[in-house]
Amino acid sequence: MKKISILLAGILLCGFMVGEALAARPGGTFHFCAPYGGDLLTLDPHKGTRTNDMLVMLNLNRSLYSWDPEKNRPRLELGEKVDVSADGLVYRIHLKKNVKFHNGRRMTADDVIWSYERVMSPKTASASARFVRVIKGTKDYEEGKASKISGLRKIDDFTVEITMENPVDPSYSLHEVGTAILPREEVEKKGDGFGFDPVGCGPFRFGKWVKGSEIVMVKYPDYYEKGKPYLDKLVYKIMPEAASLDMAFRAKELDATVVGSTQYPVYKADPRFSENMVEVAELFTRVMGFNPQYAPFSKKEVRQAINYAIDSRLIIQKLLKEKAFPCVGFLPSTSPAFDPRARGYEFNLPKAKALMKEAGYEKGFTFECIGTSGASAGVVVVEAIMPFLKKINVKVKPQRLEGAALSDRLRKMNYQAFIWSLSSGAGGDPLQALYRWHSKNPSTAGNYIGYNNPEFDRLLDTAFKTRDMSKRVDLLRKADALFRKDAPVWFFNYNKAVIAHQPWVHGIKPVAVEMMYQNMADVWIDESSPRAREK
Amino acid sequence: MLRFAIRRVLQFIPTILAITLILFLLLNILPGDAALMSGDARDKGVDPRFVEEMRKQWGLDQPIHIRYLTYLKNLASGDMGLSYLRREKVSGLIASRLWPTLRLAFAAMLIAVVLGIPLGFYSALRQGTWLDAFSMVGAVSGVSIPQFWLGLLLMFFLAVKLPFFPVSGYGDGDLKHILLPAFTLGVGYMALLARTTRAAVVEILTTDYIRTARAKGLSELMVNRKHILRNALILVLTTAGLQFGSLMGHTVVVEKLFSWPGLGSLMVDSIFQRDIPVTQGCVLLIILVFLLVNLAVDLLYAVIDPRVEYR
Repeated sequence: MKKISILLAGILLCGFMVGEALAARPGGTFHFCAPYGGDLLTLDPHKGTRTNDMLVMLNLNRSLYSWDPEKNRPRLELGEKVDVSADGLVYRIHLKKNVKFHNGRRMTADDVIWSYERVMSPKTASASARFVRVIKGTKDYEEGKASKISGLRKIDDFTVEITMENPVDPSYSLHEVGTAILPREEVEKKGDGFGFDPVGCGPFRFGKWVKGSEIVMVKYPDYYEKGKPYLDKLVYKIMPEAASLDMAFRAKELDATVVGSTQYPVYKADPRFSENMVEVAELFTRVMGFNPQYAPFSKKEVRQAINYAIDSRLIIQKLLKEKAFPCVGFLPSTSPAFDPRARGYEFNLPKAKALMKEAGYEKGFTFECIGTSGASAGVVVVEAIMPFLKKINVKVKPQRLEGAALSDRLRKMNYQAFIWSLSSGAGGDPLQALYRWHSKNPSTAGNYIGYNNPEFDRLLDTAFKTRDMSKRVDLLRKADALFRKDAPVWFFNYNKAVIAHQPWVHGIKPVAVEMMYQNMADVWIDESSPRAREK
Repeated sequence: MLRFAIRRVLQFIPTILAITLILFLLLNILPGDAALMSGDARDKGVDPRFVEEMRKQWGLDQPIHIRYLTYLKNLASGDMGLSYLRREKVSGLIASRLWPTLRLAFAAMLIAVVLGIPLGFYSALRQGTWLDAFSMVGAVSGVSIPQFWLGLLLMFFLAVKLPFFPVSGYGDGDLKHILLPAFTLGVGYMALLARTTRAAVVEILTTDYIRTARAKGLSELMVNRKHILRNALILVLTTAGLQFGSLMGHTVVVEKLFSWPGLGSLMVDSIFQRDIPVTQGCVLLIILVFLLVNLAVDLLYAVIDPRVEYR
């Protein structure tokens, strides 16, 4: 009996020690990076447009919903619960009562209503207006026909009722950082200066912004999640150069960094780094789009033949050094509507040749493909597929363009083929992601290939009206399968987004909507960090 | 000299006008719509209303000649316009970035002058020795090494392997943050200055007045300081002055690599973001600095060499 007791005590002690080791430790400073394209433009979430700005603002602000990286879908953030009407049009949200802005004032339903009205106001000219437009009455409000958004109603200080224009789930739109809830008095007091001295209700409050160099934020002690954030200070280093990021990470000046395609194989092979890497199939799909106005691409068989003729896996392995996931369809494996039973195009040269013959293009043809210098979906990939396509007598002339110029030509459909990385998440909502290819969506709004299939449209329209989520997912899977069968693009890969962190870092999560959208309220550092005690 | 300076300043006006016209046309015919790009970060879908509103706010719905004339009118009153994306005054934005760039440029130039001129001078005095060979090999390497690569090497050895300096960033504007970027930027100029100084000194050493100076019993120090260095400085100063002008435009790579918040990185960002007013402002300022430095160099000739006269 005595031995059993000692054994039990030992087990308990071990368990306690393990628990202690894994328990989140408060304190310290975290150095993170803002790695996309230069300095930040603004810290006003309603006026922000760029990912680099948003990933920083995410930790100063909170929106009504937030993205749950574990479940890959949005969750209620500033509310305790939500009651949805039977017709799926009315969302009554009971707000948390302990949410305070950084000026100490409690957040109420008025702030929610005012924030959405500000986003919709033409004066704000917010790029995030498209997210709030799911609410009824926003159109009249932004056109000046109404002084209020009719779909927003305050029930009491901590209850707000949102009526939707259509029975859509607002969480996929209202989790966006651009729809954050802001304190009216601060925005009005600071005017244009709010973008440089922001006040939110997020886990960190604004400290300072050394333009072009870093953003410093400090722990907000009145944050509504008890015990969070763990970190005392959070610093975002503005570092657009991959080589500098790599050096800073190796020098331990950065606690975590985004890993680019050049560094990925090096980090993967180095046990110091490979054990501390978080990977996710981000909601971006790399494709080569075919212009159906170019005669050979008007034939489905030709498009399918190209998909069969290229060994995508080999290119991912040899050229991208495994920093990508092979495509199945347009929706990535992290999309809620991804079909795990679906299979993509396999490398099958005889089948490709047979399809070319069937289409009457046995002797092949030549086409021009425009792309950027991007490593994972640029001209370098086109050069890699040239030998594969030569085997079905198809010649490709790659043309390198700068991103803005490429975007311009895609919107005008002024190309024969293009290669690029396309967002396949649109806020995480698979319906919105596939809507890109709806025939009513013009090329200027993302349907760069002018895709037009009435059956595909019908499936999306039905999904739009379907409230039962499992039925909706079924319809979206069918739509994605149809798109795959039509092969209006060469399905290449899904972006494998990677964050490498130092061994003392805990709580980095695989965020599929954008890997750098890390909720830093959950992140903590242990004693081994060189900044463990830095305030 | 004053008349000369005024005449040169007046000559700036047609130069700047021509530059603004070329710049305006080039930036406006570049493919890529600023409004579309601003509303469509990472291809996540664009809101046509937003694009329309932005075009209106930025005046992009106006014909190009009206936009140019408005730009010139505003420029004449010192208004460089509003940044499309940052929604703040271009002049304020440039002012906030000018100081870090000037600091970097001055520090790089200081490194180049302090190391380059003595190196060139002593190489010339010790022609054919190992010191001469070594310093000239160093000078050729300094000119040839790409800044980006040199910066990475310095980062790797002096920030990663031996953590003497921070890898990048501005910090509090302290010395340890500026040394690596300034050295990276300054090495090429140092090498060029060393070579120029050496060539000038070698030429002067063969002149009659040096022989005379030595013949009349002047000490080597006096000959070097009064007769060689002073004469060599005319050529060296011209080179250094011209380099400083171009240095402002060459900070781009170093600023990007070291996350230095200067004018160069602002200009590159604004070009990629099609923020035309900011790009115009940056380029204009760099050209203006170049013109002013050239003028200052011309005026300094007279100070160094009393034989030079301005008419």
